[in-house]
Amino acid sequence: MLRDLTSMSRTAGDLTVVPLHSDEDVVRLRKAVRECLVSLGFSLIEQTKMVTAASELARNTVGYGGGGESHVAKISDGSRHGVRLSFIDHGPGIADVALALTDGYTSGGGMGLGLGGAKRLSDEFDLQTEPGKGTVVTITKWKPF
Amino acid sequence: MSKGKKAPLANVIDTHQHELLAGWLDGMLSRMVRRDAAAEAEIRQQAARFLPLLAQSIEDDPGADIGSSAWDDTRQLLTEISQSRVRQGFTPIETANFIFLLKKPLFGYLRAALSDDSQTLVEETARVSTLFDDLGLFTIEVYQKSREQVIMRQQQELLELSTPVVQLWKDVLALPLIGTLDSARTQVVMENLLQKIVDTGAMIAIIDITGVPTVDTLVAQHLLKTIAAARLMGADCIISGIRPQIAQTIVHLGVNLEDVITKATLADAFIVALKRTGSTITHAKHGD
Amino acid sequence: MEHIPILKMGKLLLVTIQVDMHDRLAMALQDDLTERIVKDRASGVLIDISALDIVDSFIGRMISNTASMAKILDARTVLVGMQPAVAITLVELGLTLDGVITALNVDHGIRLLQEPDKKTGRAPSR
Repeated sequence: MLRDLTSMSRTAGDLTVVPLHSDEDVVRLRKAVRECLVSLGFSLIEQTKMVTAASELARNTVGYGGGGESHVAKISDGSRHGVRLSFIDHGPGIADVALALTDGYTSGGGMGLGLGGAKRLSDEFDLQTEPGKGTVVTITKWKPF
Repeated sequence: MSKGKKAPLANVIDTHQHELLAGWLDGMLSRMVRRDAAAEAEIRQQAARFLPLLAQSIEDDPGADIGSSAWDDTRQLLTEISQSRVRQGFTPIETANFIFLLKKPLFGYLRAALSDDSQTLVEETARVSTLFDDLGLFTIEVYQKSREQVIMRQQQELLELSTPVVQLWKDVLALPLIGTLDSARTQVVMENLLQKIVDTGAMIAIIDITGVPTVDTLVAQHLLKTIAAARLMGADCIISGIRPQIAQTIVHLGVNLEDVITKATLADAFIVALKRTGSTITHAKHGD
Repeated sequence: MEHIPILKMGKLLLVTIQVDMHDRLAMALQDDLTERIVKDRASGVLIDISALDIVDSFIGRMISNTASMAKILDARTVLVGMQPAVAITLVELGLTLDGVITALNVDHGIRLLQEPDKKTGRAPSR
């Protein structure tokens, strides 16, 4: 399901897998992502953006994806370090990707999958989905050395 | 682990490591402008670490695709070396010479090893040449990026020193911006402003851009985002000191300042701020 | 299960959110608040998020909903203490927290709630 994203070799040093089936899991994921970012020396604002994006996507996995898991990986491409987060579920998938990526943020509900937001908060964004099979959303943030 | 016939290059490195190291170091040290013991020791150490890594990478990947995982350790070491040289003030060429100066001694031994097989010698020379070009370029690329990082860091430090936020009055802050704003600088400055707002509990922040010659879309967007963030926090911003040229730029760029209070001068902005925070200015009566 | 404490300050209620909110906790808070607004005849609610270093759309919706419910019960809601990093992130996210008034801290929030409501001209809370 996960397409090979490496155009140039990127080593995934540390990888943590966090199951996502409940709200408590979302909280646990946020802690894991925060720790990872802190250990790589990201600034407070960068941390906040990424943890918020992770929270959005994790809630999607739990709420719309029927549960799944997240992969938190420290990555490096030789000249910089970063964090890559994947959110994987085997739920209904997203039928209209273009629609999902437009901002549906209405204050009081509405779909608001937050995908557009997560994209804006991270450096790289990738979405793979197949209706009926599931969804994988991957976001990456780089820190120059 | 038998891999059949080892690549000639790997063979040469393994067989002649000592002499290669000597020839290579000789080339590097003779070019050093300042020869001090610590720098020499470091170069010796780096060279000694590099050769076995190079040999291993060639063995694992004779095709020499330096982007592949077989070359991770080698690239890692080159990255360390480049970054260290940036810090020490080496030039890009001096940094790349770490790789290039290894060519001559290496080719020497390669020629000797393949003296009776000119076909292989020609092929191997071409491959090794390409490999060294790739490695050399990689070194320079890392050097460049590193140098940019250092410059950016220094700029940030300068920024924090040079854009103080001033408390004009109870609940009113002013941020006089001077000089050209670029995206990075604006971000840092704005983050500082927001933090100061929290720290002082000021309800209004005046961002004065009298001293800013030009504004581009990115900077304008940062300003708008900062104002939006300040409002979300419960404070507000006034922009003052917009020069005619900047007003034109803003309109041409299609930036929407409808929601934002703008005043021509800092003084005007101050009066507005005072009113909004519940103060008034009265003139003292002159003694009769 | 834990409940987030609600403090009474005259005609105002103060809620300090310090923990990571999950669904049940958020629901419990909304229930508790609406009950207390009625019981204490509160005219204002202060939600203090100075301890929150993350506010995502879930929390944002919860806050918006709370403000809406309070309004129906004739109470005004003020959100205080948003951290700069959170504010910047929310702007980037595009979350606008409509219907929610914000103030820098509890003091400012109280002052705000003591002014007459500009829209309705209602008398201030004492």
